Amino acid sequence: MRSWRIAGRPRRKVLLWAAAVAVGACAVGGYAVVSSASPPIRTEVLRVAVTPEPDGTSVTLDATLYLPDSKKPAPAVVLAHGFGGSKQDEDADARYFAQHGYVALAYSARGFGQSGGLIHLDAPAFEVADASKLVDLLAARPEVLRDAPGDPRVGFTGPSYGGALTLLAAGHDPRIDAIAPQITWNDLGRSLFGQSAQDDAGTRPGTAAGSMPIGTPGVFKKAWAGLFFGAGATGATQEGSAQTSLACGRFAPDVCRQYQAAAVSGTPTPELLDLLAASSPAQVAGRIKAPSLLVQGEADSLFPLSQADANARAITAAGTPVKTVWYSGGHDSPGSSADQNRLRSLTLAWFGRYLKHDGSKPDTSFQFAESDTGISLQDGSVKGSTLTTPGYPGLAGTQAVKTTSVTLSGEPQDVVAPAGGFPAAITSLPGLGAALGQLSSTGLAGSIGGAANQDATFSSAPLPASILAVGSPSVTVHVTSSTGDATLFAKLYDAPPDRTPPALPEQLVAPVRVSGLPPGGSDVRISLPTIVHRFAAGHRMALVVSTTDQAYQLPTDPRTYRLALTDGTVSVPTVAASTVTDDTLLLWTACAGAAAVLSGAVGWFVLRRRRDSRETTVAPELLDVPVAITGLGKAYGDGFRAVADLSFRIEPGQVLGLLGPNGAGKTTTLRMLVGLIRPSEGSIHVFGHRISAGAPVLSRVGAFIEGPGFLPHLSGLENLTLSWAATGRPEADADIDAALELAGLGADVHRKVRTYSQGMRQRLAVAQAMLGLPDLLVLDEPTNGLDPPQIREMRQALRRYAATGRTVVVSSHLLAEVEQTCTHCLVMHRGRLLAAGPVTELIGAASSVSVEVDDIDAAVRVLTPLAGIRQIDTPQAGGLILELDGIRPGAAVGALVEAGISVDRVAPRHQLEDVFLTLVNEGETPS
Amino acid sequence: MNLAKIPRPRSARRAPQQPEINHVVPGSHDQLAHAAAPRISGTAHGGAPGFDPRRTLPLRVELRRQAGRRRTQFSLAFLILLPLLLIGAFKLGTPSSGDGRVTLVDLATVGAPNFTLFTLFASAGFLLVVVVALFAGDTVASEASWSSLRYLLVAPVGRARLLRQKLIVALGLAGLCLVLLPGVALLSGWIAFGWAPARSPTGSTLSTGETLLRLAIIIGFLAITLLFVASLGFYAGVRTDAPLGAVGGTVLLVIISNILDEVTALGSIRNVLPTHYTYAWLDALGPTIQWDSMLRGTISSLAYSTILLVLAWRHFLRKDIVS
Repeated sequence: MRSWRIAGRPRRKVLLWAAAVAVGACAVGGYAVVSSASPPIRTEVLRVAVTPEPDGTSVTLDATLYLPDSKKPAPAVVLAHGFGGSKQDEDADARYFAQHGYVALAYSARGFGQSGGLIHLDAPAFEVADASKLVDLLAARPEVLRDAPGDPRVGFTGPSYGGALTLLAAGHDPRIDAIAPQITWNDLGRSLFGQSAQDDAGTRPGTAAGSMPIGTPGVFKKAWAGLFFGAGATGATQEGSAQTSLACGRFAPDVCRQYQAAAVSGTPTPELLDLLAASSPAQVAGRIKAPSLLVQGEADSLFPLSQADANARAITAAGTPVKTVWYSGGHDSPGSSADQNRLRSLTLAWFGRYLKHDGSKPDTSFQFAESDTGISLQDGSVKGSTLTTPGYPGLAGTQAVKTTSVTLSGEPQDVVAPAGGFPAAITSLPGLGAALGQLSSTGLAGSIGGAANQDATFSSAPLPASILAVGSPSVTVHVTSSTGDATLFAKLYDAPPDRTPPALPEQLVAPVRVSGLPPGGSDVRISLPTIVHRFAAGHRMALVVSTTDQAYQLPTDPRTYRLALTDGTVSVPTVAASTVTDDTLLLWTACAGAAAVLSGAVGWFVLRRRRDSRETTVAPELLDVPVAITGLGKAYGDGFRAVADLSFRIEPGQVLGLLGPNGAGKTTTLRMLVGLIRPSEGSIHVFGHRISAGAPVLSRVGAFIEGPGFLPHLSGLENLTLSWAATGRPEADADIDAALELAGLGADVHRKVRTYSQGMRQRLAVAQAMLGLPDLLVLDEPTNGLDPPQIREMRQALRRYAATGRTVVVSSHLLAEVEQTCTHCLVMHRGRLLAAGPVTELIGAASSVSVEVDDIDAAVRVLTPLAGIRQIDTPQAGGLILELDGIRPGAAVGALVEAGISVDRVAPRHQLEDVFLTLVNEGETPS
Repeated sequence: MNLAKIPRPRSARRAPQQPEINHVVPGSHDQLAHAAAPRISGTAHGGAPGFDPRRTLPLRVELRRQAGRRRTQFSLAFLILLPLLLIGAFKLGTPSSGDGRVTLVDLATVGAPNFTLFTLFASAGFLLVVVVALFAGDTVASEASWSSLRYLLVAPVGRARLLRQKLIVALGLAGLCLVLLPGVALLSGWIAFGWAPARSPTGSTLSTGETLLRLAIIIGFLAITLLFVASLGFYAGVRTDAPLGAVGGTVLLVIISNILDEVTALGSIRNVLPTHYTYAWLDALGPTIQWDSMLRGTISSLAYSTILLVLAWRHFLRKDIVS
């Protein structure tokens, strides 16, 4: 054991140091991360001259350049804002990029903010050409890294209107190196005129790879379009901006004219469709070579996920790396803050890879958000989680997408489209994203609808297992119309089994507009809205086909439709995905956990070392000495020295009295003797073993220190047995009978200790100290609270105990008690030892007796010549006080009796005060 | 140790004839008089024969010291009573119509598993905290307040061993409470509401086997989060001689941490609050178990517990026992 310890110590030291270094590294790492929070950024406001308007008006753009704190040329990122916004919207993101070492350029597009010109809806000749001008500008800046002269290293990013510009610019300008467009369109015409009827109507579901909407323009999203147009038109109120007319605001005349025509009729003119097609990335996506991070919102009724899907397919087909990300927001909802942070860091990582070439691995995994998966710890709200698959699978019909078929049932139903299109169902509230979110969470939105006769409902049986739909489910419905054409809105509800209202995932509807239906009707294949939604087991899927929706332009003539299921199957795409967690926070928590465990290990090693260092403390020459104290001192934290420079020895068989007034340091000394208090200096050896907390030699010591301590809810006997059991020693060694006999509690030993008197507890505690008949018995004021007979019993017990060869230490402040109980005595005062020796010597040194006699004067005459009497006092109270020096009181009394003086009473008069004061005087007078 | 084996003392048998209980018959210490002279200790560590530092304060002894206490019995009894009280409350009242937002309370009477989940939800934030703080905080502090701590230490029970044995028993009792509460809730809920698969507020329904597995995970996670409370209470109990101060102080700190956790303005600082992940077990109720918060909660709780326990050991091993 010992040799192992010696051999093992260096290894332990190495471990100790390793642990300390690891903890330190964690701390330094944490400090470095915290202190590197925000490097300074310089900004520069620019006016950029760009292509003039067709009427010759010159146009300048308002832009801000954010320069990082770096001497080396850095890649640039251009930030384009959303429709109705300005460069101010991108300020926070621009600073974020600048802080991460990019030159960021935020600008207001023409027709917005402080920039001049009119809105051409991302027209290639205007807004897209402006983007190329910005690339020229960056190429001329010395702060920007260049791939070639005139070709800066630049990425584009932006939401919605800015996102489309990003895609179009990348399609038109090959100098753009990476793009990250968000929540934007692929085909603006199809976005504003929604069409979910597929051109392969009638074929079996799940086989239609790459299916496309039919050619008929869809249903006009009048609410979104109106909001859009309004946002562009009200920009005109800004000071000094160009304006077409009060009605058109800052829209270019041709755009305004076409929009107004479509808004009136609900169908687009061919000119408008051409104009929108020119503004659509669909035209150029096949030419995009810049690696593209496509972010689209799941809560987006304006540019649904299918728009990003079309972009992703086209750009991937061109052989360009694409990463598709769906998040919880969109035009209908801002999305969770966790998602917004995730998008930022994803964008940063994308540009890091393709602009900084930081060497990170290409990541084209697909991420999407599932909502309502748990309850947020941040604010108690229902929260979502992020899932990922290795590659983007597509919406439906591709190999990566599995489909689950769910069978619907329901009789053919007749539904009515009211004249004038009112009342209409409300499923989404464009422009009121937050309000809509609240509506859907309370389940209200699902229940707001038009009249009951506007809905045809087809419901499934309760689902046997839960289905996580990721993509666009599809269904085929047989539509018969009274007019030959039909405007319908298909919705897939999640209907719980109880009274909870059915939920419409993200409040998304699939608008359908078909014309030229034969009188017998026709099968229409509908691709339902693209969703990420878990249909739980036991829930039903319900297909509701409505004739109205508030957000769309509805036919004003009254119609009736007959809607029937064809094969009654909804084909639901599913994707196998795993959960994405926030790695950084997890990392930090793990680091904190590791640091804590390491510090625990360090603590353990330190404790082990301390314990080891205390083991080697046996003094062989003292093995037979019950107590040997050398130079003992105790100073408390506040500087009070309770004990100082105390040295003494106790031999076997002694009954030692520790004498001193209150506060002399008796109890402190005894506490140190049993290891309850650590001495500040000096050492205590008991039977040769140095005392420390819990030293095994203490098992040979029985102690009663400063009052009893029992469990009040247990009986006296239980307390004694449990107290012995705690030592772990054999039950037979307890000598519990002897202890109980000393306690003398009788039947009360079976009562609970809390009912005991002070004296009973005192005796029980002394009995507890005697359990196992320890070789050294330490008693601190054992007779406190005892009545005189009990005190006498205690004295006898202690003498008998010592007579067996065992040693007893008793502290007391009563000299009489020490005199009668002890063989030896120590006197302490103010923590110092004043005297030590046999009691007879100590008492003899200053022994006084009071004697009451009938004739005081005669007694004085008799005693005065007697040798051995130091002093004779005659106090007023009567009687004599003799200071004896060398003779016993009996001799003095004998002399008095012989002289014929009658002695009424002889009493020892040695109070502690007398002896003590004498000793103190001696101690303080240098001799 | 069997009490019946210990013979009553002679004086006890004579008790009926002794009108004065406290009186001791002189010279009755014949047992002591027969005590042999001290044996010479032959043990290497210097202790008495039969003494082994590694066998002091056995767990069963500490358990008996604690099990006889009113606070232990009352706590356990109350945890048995609570589900019955809740059942009574649900049977008396009529469910409110609700605003469409489904919570665990609304689902409490669906069946035994849901009732158990609600019982846990209702008690995790405060009741279980108090119970755990009581068991862990009071174990050392109450010994100090009874002055029995010093007699354990001079027995001698090594200080580190004393803490270890006491912590094991305190955690064991707290663990018993944590199993007892859902156990009684499950049983009484079964009788009162019947058995129905668990339904979560997020809308999913779990099979019976899955429900029991989730319950086990939840109880396990609760045990880990409450370990922080136990460690805090234990440390407080080692620092002070007042049991009320240790238990009350622990509960107070937990409440303060909970209040700070409510202040959303603190943002991500709240992630380091020790009680931040108290309710992360709700993630085990979704259609699929979300592990990340529970994992973070586990690491956070273990980290805090380690630190607090190391502090407790460090303090107690150096402490001057003056109580």
